[in-house]
Amino acid sequence: MRHLRRKLAFYLVALWAAVTVNFLLPRLMPGDPVDALLSRMQQTGGAVSPEARQALEVMLGSGGQENLAAQYLTYLGNLLRGDFGVSATYFPTPVSTVLTQSLPWTLVLVGLSTVVSFVLGVTLGALVGWRRGRWSDALVPATTFLAAVPYFWLALVLVFVFGATLGLFPLTGGYDYGLEVGFSGPFLASALHHGLLPAITIVLSSVGTWLLGMRNMTVSTMAEDYVLTAQAKGLRPRRVLVTYAARNAVIPSLASFAISLGFVVSGSIVTEAVFSYPGIGFTLLQAVQNNDYPLMQAVFLVITLAVLGANLLVDLLHAVIDPRTRQTGGR
Amino acid sequence: MGDHHDTGRPVLSVRGLRVDYQLDPPVHAVRDLSLVLRRGEVLGVAGESGCGKSTLAYAVNRLLRPPAEVVGGSVVFHGPDGHDTDVLALTGEALRSFRWRRVAMVFQGAMNALNPVLTIHTQLTDVLAAHEPGSRRRDRARRCAELLSLVGVHPDRARSYPHELSGGMRQRVMIAMALALNPDVLVMDEPTTALDVVVQRDILRELGRLRERFGFALVLITHDLSLLLEISDRIAVMYAGRVVEEGTATRLLTAPRHPYTTGLLGSFPSLTGPRQDMRGIPGQPPDLTQALDHCAFHDRCPHRRDVCAHQRPPLGPAPAAGEHPTPGGGEHPTPGGGAHLVACHAWHPDRYGAPAPTALRHGTFRPTHTAEVVDP
Amino acid sequence: MTVTSGRPGAPTPPAVAAPGARRRWMPRDGRARVGLAVIAGFVLVAVVGPFLVTGASGIGPDPLAPPSAQHWLGTTQTGQDVLAQLVVATRGSLLVGALAGLLATVLSIVVGVVGGYVGGRVDEALSLLSNVTLVIPSLPLVILVTHYLDGGGILAISVVIGLTSWAASARVLRAQTRSVRARDHVAASRALGERPWRMVLVEVVPNLLPVIAAQFVFAVIFAILTEAGLSFLGLGGVDHLTWGTMLYFAQNAQALAIGAWWWFIPPGLAIALLGCALSLLNLSLDEVINPRLRGSRSRRDRRAARRPAQPREER
Repeated sequence: MRHLRRKLAFYLVALWAAVTVNFLLPRLMPGDPVDALLSRMQQTGGAVSPEARQALEVMLGSGGQENLAAQYLTYLGNLLRGDFGVSATYFPTPVSTVLTQSLPWTLVLVGLSTVVSFVLGVTLGALVGWRRGRWSDALVPATTFLAAVPYFWLALVLVFVFGATLGLFPLTGGYDYGLEVGFSGPFLASALHHGLLPAITIVLSSVGTWLLGMRNMTVSTMAEDYVLTAQAKGLRPRRVLVTYAARNAVIPSLASFAISLGFVVSGSIVTEAVFSYPGIGFTLLQAVQNNDYPLMQAVFLVITLAVLGANLLVDLLHAVIDPRTRQTGGR
Repeated sequence: MGDHHDTGRPVLSVRGLRVDYQLDPPVHAVRDLSLVLRRGEVLGVAGESGCGKSTLAYAVNRLLRPPAEVVGGSVVFHGPDGHDTDVLALTGEALRSFRWRRVAMVFQGAMNALNPVLTIHTQLTDVLAAHEPGSRRRDRARRCAELLSLVGVHPDRARSYPHELSGGMRQRVMIAMALALNPDVLVMDEPTTALDVVVQRDILRELGRLRERFGFALVLITHDLSLLLEISDRIAVMYAGRVVEEGTATRLLTAPRHPYTTGLLGSFPSLTGPRQDMRGIPGQPPDLTQALDHCAFHDRCPHRRDVCAHQRPPLGPAPAAGEHPTPGGGEHPTPGGGAHLVACHAWHPDRYGAPAPTALRHGTFRPTHTAEVVDP
Repeated sequence: MTVTSGRPGAPTPPAVAAPGARRRWMPRDGRARVGLAVIAGFVLVAVVGPFLVTGASGIGPDPLAPPSAQHWLGTTQTGQDVLAQLVVATRGSLLVGALAGLLATVLSIVVGVVGGYVGGRVDEALSLLSNVTLVIPSLPLVILVTHYLDGGGILAISVVIGLTSWAASARVLRAQTRSVRARDHVAASRALGERPWRMVLVEVVPNLLPVIAAQFVFAVIFAILTEAGLSFLGLGGVDHLTWGTMLYFAQNAQALAIGAWWWFIPPGLAIALLGCALSLLNLSLDEVINPRLRGSRSRRDRRAARRPAQPREER
C-alpha cells in the first residue's frame, strides 16, 4: 500500500510541523511568558513550586538558560510522556487531566454533528444537482446564506430564540451540574438536552458548504460519459444517481471535507464558547482569558492532532471509494 | 440469433426530426432530418464537428438534456415481431427497458464511458440486473465472462477497474457491454477517436465479425469519412443539421455528388487508397441560430451561384456516374431506399442556370479561392 | 472548425455567432450583479459612513434603548448608537477582510503558481508546505499568536489571518497553473526560450485571473469570519471597532439574556449579508471557471450549447 505509506509519512511531517510551531511560538514572541505567568499564578494561587516553574520553562522556553536544541529535546520528551505541565486556570491540576476531561465532550459534539452535517449536505447536494433547474435550485441561495453566517452568531440567535425566549433548551453548559458524570440515564438525557442546540448550530452553519460543493460536483459529473452511458444502459435512475453520479462526485467533496475540517473545528471552538460547553474550545477560551500558556499550547496541539486524525480517516475512506488511489501513489 | 438476419426491413425510422437547443436565440442543431436504418446494415453518419450528428444519436436514444429538446418529427423503432414503437413517446419504465435492449450506445472513444470507481464486472452485470431482474447472480457473472471473451478480453479482466485497462481494451469492454442484451441497433459515436490506428483497425474488424454473428444494425458516427467508406454499407453526410448526401459507400467513394462530400473526401488521407493531395474546406460552418433558407454550404462552396444563396436545395436523387443531371429530380425522395440522394442545385441546370461543373462531376474539390469561376 | 486533417478532434458546439460577445465589462449573471451591488454598498458605507454618523463612542444619555426614531437600531448598555457603531465597525471589518485577503492571495499566487510552473523539487517542497499548513487548524493557531502579540491591533490580526489562510488557494492555483502550463501555446513559448517570469506574468497569470479572483473572494470571507470569531472571543484588535468586537461587547453585557436583540442581531446580519454577496460573486466566478455549471437558466449564454450533447473536450 504505497499510497497509504505516503499518507502516513505526510501526516507525520504535519504533526512534527505542528509540534515544532508550538515549541517555537512562545520563544519567538517578545517578552518572557514564564515570568508573566508566574506572577499571575502567585497572585491567584499562592506559592509556585520550583518543579512547576521548571515545567513551564521547558514548555515555553525562557531566558536562554539552555540552548534551543536542548530545550527542544526536553520538550519533545515531555510531550511523549503526555506531560504538558500544570494548568494555571485549574491550578494545580495537570494540563493532561484538564484535557482528558474536556476532550470527550468536543469529540462527541463536534465529531457527531460534523458527520451528520456532511452526510446530510452531500445527500441533499446530490439530489439538488440531479434535479437542477427546478424548485431545488432555490435551496442554493438559502444555503449560501447559512454558510455565510458566523457559527457563534447563529448560536447566539438560537440561544436567544429557543433558550431565552421559548425556554426549550438550557442556555449554557454540557449537563445539569447537579448530576454525577457517568453512564447513567439522567446524565445522558441531560447531556443530550444540552448538546442539541450546539449541535444544531454546527450542522446548520456547515451543511451549506457541503451541499453547494456536492451540488456543483454532481452537476459536473452528470455530464460525464459514464453517467450518460449508465442512462443509455437503461439502469434505474436511483442507481444512476447513487452509483454513477454521486459516487464519483463525492470524491472531490471528500477532499474538500478534509480541507474544511479545520474550519469546522474553528467554528466549533467559538460555538462552545457561546454555550459555555465544557469541551476543548471552551477550555481554550478559559486558558486564553487566564493567560494559561501551558493549557493554551496543549489545546492547540490536541486540536491539531484531532484534525490530523480526522484527515487521515478521510484519506482512508477516499482510498476505499476511489480505486485509482490504491494503485497510484500520491495526491 | 438467425432471426435477426432478415436484412432489408427497416429497424429505425427517423422522420422530419428537429432538435433545438433552447437558448437565446435557439440553436437549431438538427433540422428536418429523415433517415432509415435497416436491419443488419452499417450506416455511417459523417460530418464536421457541430453538424448535429451527435445530437441526432442522442435524440434517437432519448438522452438529450435541457436545453436540448426535440421540437418536431418522429423516431420509430420497428421491432423484430413487426411491432412499432414511438420512441419519442416512451417514458419511465418503458423507456428504461427500451434503452440498451433495442438501441445500445458506445460513446466517444470510450475513454470516459466507463465509471472509474466500479469494476468492469459490476458495470457489465448491472445491465443484466437492470433488464433481467429475475436473473441469478451466478448466471450474470457467467454471462459477463462470455461477453468479455467474445470481444477478445480475458475474463479475468472483469475484476479490473477501468484505469487498469488500455484504451483499446476499454473500447472492447464497451462493445461487450453494448452486446450484453443482444440489441437490434448499436450506435457508436466517434468509436475510435483517441485510439491509435492499429487498435482502430482491430476494433473495427472485431465489430464487423460480431455484426455478422449477431446481426445488429450498426450506426457509426464520425468525422472520419475515410473510415466510414471502408466499413459502411450506406453513408449519410450531414451538414448544418441536415443530410446533404446519402448513398452506398461505393457510390460516395466513386461518385460523390455534393461539393461538401468531395471536400470531406479530400480532407482525409485514405488508409488503404493511393496518396492524394489533402485539402481542407476553408471557412466556417454556418450560424445554427439562423433559419438557413438557402444552401447552408454556399459560402464555402467553390461552385456556388446566385440560386444557392436564395433557395435551399431539396434532397433528391443524384445522377448516376457519367449520367447527365436528372431534370427536375425527385421532390419526394425515399430515404434509406439505397438510392443515392443529394441536396445540391448544381445538378438541376434549370435552377442552377448552368450545367453541373466538371470538377464536381469528377468529384474533385478545390477550395473557393482557387476555383472561384464556375467551369463552363 | 475547418477540417484540415484526419486528427481525431473533439466535437465542438453547434456553430454559433459572436464568440466574443461574452466578454462584457458588466457580468450578465444576475447573481453576480446582486453580489457586486451589495459589496459596493458595504464599501461605500465603510469609506464615507464613519464621517456621517456620531455617537459610536462615548457614553450616551439613554442606555439599552430599543430601536426608535432617534436611534434606529437602539443603543448599547452605555448608550452608544448601535447603527453608528455598525457603520464604524463596517470599516474595521472590511479593512481586515481586504488586508488579510490580499495577503493570503498574494502568498497563494507565489506558492501555487511558482510551484505549479517550476515543478520538480521546488514544487514538491511548496506542495508539502501548503498541505501541512492546510491540515493545521488555523483558528487555534491564530488565537495563540494574537494572544502572544497581546491583541496587537487590526493590522497584526490581518497579517496573522493572511499568513495562516493561503494554503487552500495555493493548492487550487497550483493545479490550475499546471494545466495552463501544459497548454500548447504556453509550451510553445517556453520552447522558444521565453523568460520564465515573463511567461508566468504573460501566459499563466492572465489565464488564472478568474480562479485568483474566486480565491480572493473566498479569502476575504474567511478573514472577516475569522476576525469576527477572534474578536468575539475578546482577542481582537482594540484599536478598531469591528462587527466581531461589537458582538463581544454585546455578549459581555449579557445583551442576550436581557433581550437586547437589537445589539447583537445587526452585526451578525451584516457579516452574513456581506458573506452572502461575496459567495454569490463566487458562484458566478465558478461558472466562468467551470462552464458545465452553467445551467439552462443563463439562457443568454450560448456557449452552454456545448454541454448537453457534446459534453467533452479532449482530455
